[in-house]
Amino acid sequence: MLFVIEVFASFLLLMGGVFILIGALGMVKLPDFYTRLHAPTKATTLGIGCILIASMGLHALRGDGFAIHELVISLFLFITAPVSAYMVAKAALQRRTRFVDSTINTEMSKDILERRAPK
Amino acid sequence: MLNTVLMVVSVMVGLALVLNTIRLLIGPSTADRILALDTLYINSIALIVLLGLYFASDMYFESALLIAMLGFVSTAALAKYMLRGDIIE
Amino acid sequence: MLKRLFPMPLHTGILLLVWMLLNSFSMGHLVLGLILAIAIPWVAAPLSDPHARVRKPLRAARYVLMVLGDIIVSNFEVAGRILRSNRHLRPGLIAMPLDLRDHFPLAVLASTISLTPGTVSVDFSEDMQWLYIHALHIDNEQHMIDRIKTRYEAPLREIFAC
Repeated sequence: MLFVIEVFASFLLLMGGVFILIGALGMVKLPDFYTRLHAPTKATTLGIGCILIASMGLHALRGDGFAIHELVISLFLFITAPVSAYMVAKAALQRRTRFVDSTINTEMSKDILERRAPK
Repeated sequence: MLNTVLMVVSVMVGLALVLNTIRLLIGPSTADRILALDTLYINSIALIVLLGLYFASDMYFESALLIAMLGFVSTAALAKYMLRGDIIE
Repeated sequence: MLKRLFPMPLHTGILLLVWMLLNSFSMGHLVLGLILAIAIPWVAAPLSDPHARVRKPLRAARYVLMVLGDIIVSNFEVAGRILRSNRHLRPGLIAMPLDLRDHFPLAVLASTISLTPGTVSVDFSEDMQWLYIHALHIDNEQHMIDRIKTRYEAPLREIFAC
């Protein structure tokens, strides 16, 4: 049983590490700000979720009792990640941050700035 | 086995921190830098949790929680500043 | 009177529960937790607007589980897109017409969209009729809108009964 939990936790830790790394890779590699926005809101949030769940299991295994700290942190991150993404995206649009050339419907950004219905 | 895995994952997160720092330095827009800073905050939480596992101590959670909250508030404040040129209206 | 003492009874319960779980159990922590759980809603209650309440808790729990599943799937999808070449990427903006009106369900919808497959919500129109979304990759615009509407908006309308 002990061994099973340890293997499972190791798997979760590795998955979390891989997702965080992929998120960071996306930060460097993706072509413009708006596409880069997708990397931290998704990959990094899931990555840290995996690591926190693994940490919860391992701390319970060591007999520190059922710790809720990790749960509070991951819940907090899952609630705040979309909010900060929304705020930064809005700020970037306001500053007319450029879209990459392959983006479709860029003319819609004018409607967004005026907060009106699309043409 | 677990300690090896912890080492490997820590290296991965460290590498992620370096990549995010590159984005923080090259920009090019202010929004990019704010986004990189936000991601740096989240990655450092991961690093702290891994450290807590490695040293088998649960003292690190308070700091992780603090970083999570400060990270969100500072991202919100920076975005607000970019939007309005003013933080407190 | 009871309403004055406990303006947000649910929040009082949650605050006390989280406080007790974060600290080791002792009489002192119970008293301190109770004081905080009663005092914080006094400060917070005047700040909250009236908004739609969850009418179907069971349906809401199922929605949360579904979103968690979608978050995992979306991560594999986004990870695949990141690892492939940028040339295959077709990012773009989408405008989605909304049927929901209340602010709280709309906030939940926008957060869900930001956490799931390749989409980030950017802004609402002034009259709350449209939600603008940035997508990492668009194959078929209409298909994407329909998927969001049936998968997320419809259950939310059911949960909040509006």
